[in-house]
Amino acid sequence: MIISVASGKGGTGKTTIATSLALSLGEVQFLDCDVEEPNAHIFLKPAIYEKRVIGIPVPKVDESRCTFCRKCAEVCEYNSIVVIKKKVLVFPDLCHGCGGCSYVCPEGAITEVEKPIGVIERGSAGKIDFIHGILNIGEPMAPPLIRQVKKQIDGNKTVIIDASPGTSCPVVETVKGSDFCVLVTEPTPFGLNDLTLAVAMLRKLAIPCGVVINCADIGDDEVVKYCEREGIPILMTIPWDRKIAATYSTGIPLVEALPHYTSNFLGLYERIRKETT
Amino acid sequence: MKVAVSATGSDLTASVDRRFGRCPWFLFVDGASLDFEALENKNADDASGAGTACAQLVLEHDAEAVISGQVGPNAFEALKQGGVKIFIVSEGTSVRDALTHYQNGKLRQMEMKVL
Repeated sequence: MIISVASGKGGTGKTTIATSLALSLGEVQFLDCDVEEPNAHIFLKPAIYEKRVIGIPVPKVDESRCTFCRKCAEVCEYNSIVVIKKKVLVFPDLCHGCGGCSYVCPEGAITEVEKPIGVIERGSAGKIDFIHGILNIGEPMAPPLIRQVKKQIDGNKTVIIDASPGTSCPVVETVKGSDFCVLVTEPTPFGLNDLTLAVAMLRKLAIPCGVVINCADIGDDEVVKYCEREGIPILMTIPWDRKIAATYSTGIPLVEALPHYTSNFLGLYERIRKETT
Repeated sequence: MKVAVSATGSDLTASVDRRFGRCPWFLFVDGASLDFEALENKNADDASGAGTACAQLVLEHDAEAVISGQVGPNAFEALKQGGVKIFIVSEGTSVRDALTHYQNGKLRQMEMKVL
C-alpha cells in the first residue's frame, strides 16, 4: 500500500506525521519527495549507501546540419528553443526533456545530452528502506526527479511518501498513484483554505484522503465542520504541545520523544487500511 | 525600420504593456510612417516560456527594436543574440508617446548583467 502525506499549507506537520508513522510501523519504505527541501533524513537518520545523479535529456543542436527550419521551436510546448537566422538558442531551464525536438528535426541535427538536475540517495534507517531526492539549487523543475524517486517503490512493502507543501506540479507528481493520502492541517483559516485546495486536487486525481489535525486545540472548529460537511474522515488529532515542537527542532521524531504516540500512529495506519478496503 | 511594442490594445492609443511575454497584443510599427500591424499574443497564457516564444515572434518579424515595460532574462538573451535592441518605458505610457520618445532617442536601452 502506498500512503502519501501532503498538506496544502506548509509547516503543518507532514514530516512529523510521515516519519512517526514510518517509525511506528517499522518495516516500511520511506520516500521523501520534497526534493526542493528534503528534511525527513534529519529525523530518520538513514545510513546512506547509494547515491545516483539524475538528469533530464536536453537538446544539443549541430548547427552545421541545421537548416534553421524552426520545426523544433514550433513543436516545443515549453518554448525552450528560439531559432535566430543562423543560430539556435536552447534554454535548458525551460526544457522538460520530452525529446519532441529531436523527433521532428528533419535533418537529424538534434541529439539529446543529459543535464544533471539532482541526486537520489538511498539508505537504511533500522528496518526502514529510505530514499530521497535532492534537487540541485536553482533547478526549477522538480517532477522529473520526483518520478525517479518514485521508480524505487517496492510494491511488496508499505510505502510512506512525504510530499512538499502546496498543490502544484511537484505535489501532483508525488501523490499520483497513492492508495491513500493523509492531509495534515491545522485548525486555522490558512490551514482550512489550503486544505480545501488539497482536497480538490486529490478528488481530481481520484485518491481517497483523510485528515490529521495538528495543534488541534488551538484555532477554531472550521476544519472539523468542513470535514463533516465534505465527508472526509478525521483520522487523528494532535494537541498543541511545546515538547513536540522543541524536540522536532532538535531532529527527534515525535514517537521517540513521546513514545506513547506509537499506538496512535498504529491506530492511524489501521484507520487508513479500513478506509482503503 | 520596424519596432515591436508590447501593448494593452490593438492600436497606437493603447498603453505599452508592462509585460513582454504575457502582453495581450504586439504592435509591429514602422518607425517612419507609423503604419502598424497588430497581432494578438497567442503565447500570453503559455505555462512556461512565453518570453522566449515572443522573442521568436519578434525575430520572425525582423523588428530591430522592442519597446516594453519589462523583459525577462530568457527573452532578453534571445533578443540580444538576435541583435534586437530593447527599450523599457514606465507603466501607463501610451504606445504613441513611446514611439515619439523612441524616434527622439529618449528611451533608455535595457541592460542586464547575468551573474
